[in-house]
Amino acid sequence: MTLKLDGISTGYGQVQVLYDLSFEARPGEVLCLLGRNGAGKTTTLKAIMGLLPLQSGTISLDGQTISTLPAHEVPRQGIAYVPQGRRLFKELTVAENIDVGLMTRGKSAATRERILTMFPRLRERLTQQAETLSGGEQQMLATARALCLDPSVLLLDEPTEGLQPSMIALITDTVRTMRDEGKAVILVEQRIEAVLSLADRVAFIENGHGREVVETQTLRDDPSLLQKYVGI
Amino acid sequence: MEFGPHLMLAILEGAVGASVLALTALGLSLVFGVMRVVNVAHGEFFMLGAVVAWFVANSIAGHPAIGFLAALAIAPLIAGAVAMLVDRLILKNVAYDPEATIVGTIGVLYILQQSALMIYGPEARPVEPPFSHRIALPWVEWGENGLAFFYPWGLSITSYKLFVIVAAIAILLAFWLVMSRTRLGLIMRATQMDRETALAFGIPVQRVYSIVFGFGAALAALAAVLIVPIQQAHYLMGHDPLLLSFIVVIIGGLGSVRGTIVAALLIGMSDGIISVFLSPTLSKIIATLLVALVLVFRPQGLFGKKMA
Ligand SMILES: Nc1ncnc2c1ncn2[C@@H]1O[C@H](COP(=O)(O)OP(=O)(O)OP(=O)(O)O)[C@@H](O)[C@H]1O
Ligand SMILES: [Mg+2]
Repeated sequence: MTLKLDGISTGYGQVQVLYDLSFEARPGEVLCLLGRNGAGKTTTLKAIMGLLPLQSGTISLDGQTISTLPAHEVPRQGIAYVPQGRRLFKELTVAENIDVGLMTRGKSAATRERILTMFPRLRERLTQQAETLSGGEQQMLATARALCLDPSVLLLDEPTEGLQPSMIALITDTVRTMRDEGKAVILVEQRIEAVLSLADRVAFIENGHGREVVETQTLRDDPSLLQKYVGI
Repeated sequence: MEFGPHLMLAILEGAVGASVLALTALGLSLVFGVMRVVNVAHGEFFMLGAVVAWFVANSIAGHPAIGFLAALAIAPLIAGAVAMLVDRLILKNVAYDPEATIVGTIGVLYILQQSALMIYGPEARPVEPPFSHRIALPWVEWGENGLAFFYPWGLSITSYKLFVIVAAIAILLAFWLVMSRTRLGLIMRATQMDRETALAFGIPVQRVYSIVFGFGAALAALAAVLIVPIQQAHYLMGHDPLLLSFIVVIIGGLGSVRGTIVAALLIGMSDGIISVFLSPTLSKIIATLLVALVLVFRPQGLFGKKMA
């Protein structure tokens, strides 16, 4: 399904962070959000999840407005979120974190099996408390919990932050699999090589303003935009 | 009476108080844990439970056990419903802001208290216990023929008081099962740990808050129904449970179920024992001192986690 942001403005209380931001994420593609620290990438994802009230603009899923729904209804439309810093339910077990994911859209044991097959390390640790997992395992759990929604749109906020290469490979493989299954993936990622190898398109954000949205190939040919918006 | 039997009596009386206190404090702790709301009106939900129990017991004819059982079912429901209304009308409208909810629940405290005064009146009225047999308790003594049982004069307890202890344990177990083994419990724990992420996983946090606030009040009301056959219902009876619940929740650690129960036992038992041997006032002084010590040396409570 296509997720479309149309001129959204939002922020925290009196502080405005996003200004008239627009872009769309299409099924079967990975869209990377790129911008400096504090540009508003996390804020954008929170706005999509309905966690921040919009000052203006709309967000829609295949033409259906979702930005007027109460926040807890948004994931039920098939939008799954892997937050920055993982945000696991720390004192719950691995199994319970997965259960919360399954409950969101009433998914069955079959989904659970499929997800645990993707992440065998989690299956071995079902009764362990989430906060006692290693960083890499925690990221797996955050990803698994989101995939339990069997989503059509997947939002990932810096999923490879602080991980070792083998773990990064696992996460990026998962992202590719999701794309190949036809999901629309919005990825916030700071490492340029990863962006260039994963993304189909890149949307730049600068100080809360939407800038160019370009095909990844364009950036490979001409990295000047990267220089302009992220200083590389 | 000699010291040994006297102590046993004090412990049993203390256990009755501790049981009721554990239930009441658990309600306060649950509400704070999940919603971060300090419910100053908690004691009034206790009072509401007792007063409703009196009305129910007195409008049902027949054996007192029927009225009592009806009260046991109806009082928590009514207190829970009133609390859910308070959540919808007041707490939600101040967006659960910590200071505003304190002021708001102080208002609710007076509204409930004055309503009870107008409708129920200023009298203290007893509810007849469903059963009440005097059970003499044995004591052991070293006599001419070795160890011997005997029944010291005055060492007895009523069957109803024993029932209160057993009922409280059963309710605590049921609470634990709900929290650890059911979907509702999982949803409440997830909401407690991370409200925003709970929303992002389809948990209707607003509805969870209503349920939790209602659940907390219902626990207080349940505790009150258990105690009215011993203590009588009165419109000002909510003060002590509120104070003691705060003491328990601070000592046990805000939002920690285990800490709440351990602290309730500690405070309830010592309150019973010190009241019997020394004086009730001294026991309150010691409890307050304990709170001060905990706040100074372990502000997160005995079992609480340090807050981020
Ligand atoms: N809860 C909040 N309250 C107030 N301001 C906030 C809040 N969260 C973020 N901000 C502000 O909003 C702006 C955008 O933050 P955001 O987290 O969206 O940036 P980001 O692009 O995700 O940055 P990073 O790459 O460091 O994760 C920042 O200036 C930040 O200070
Ligand atoms: Mg961010």
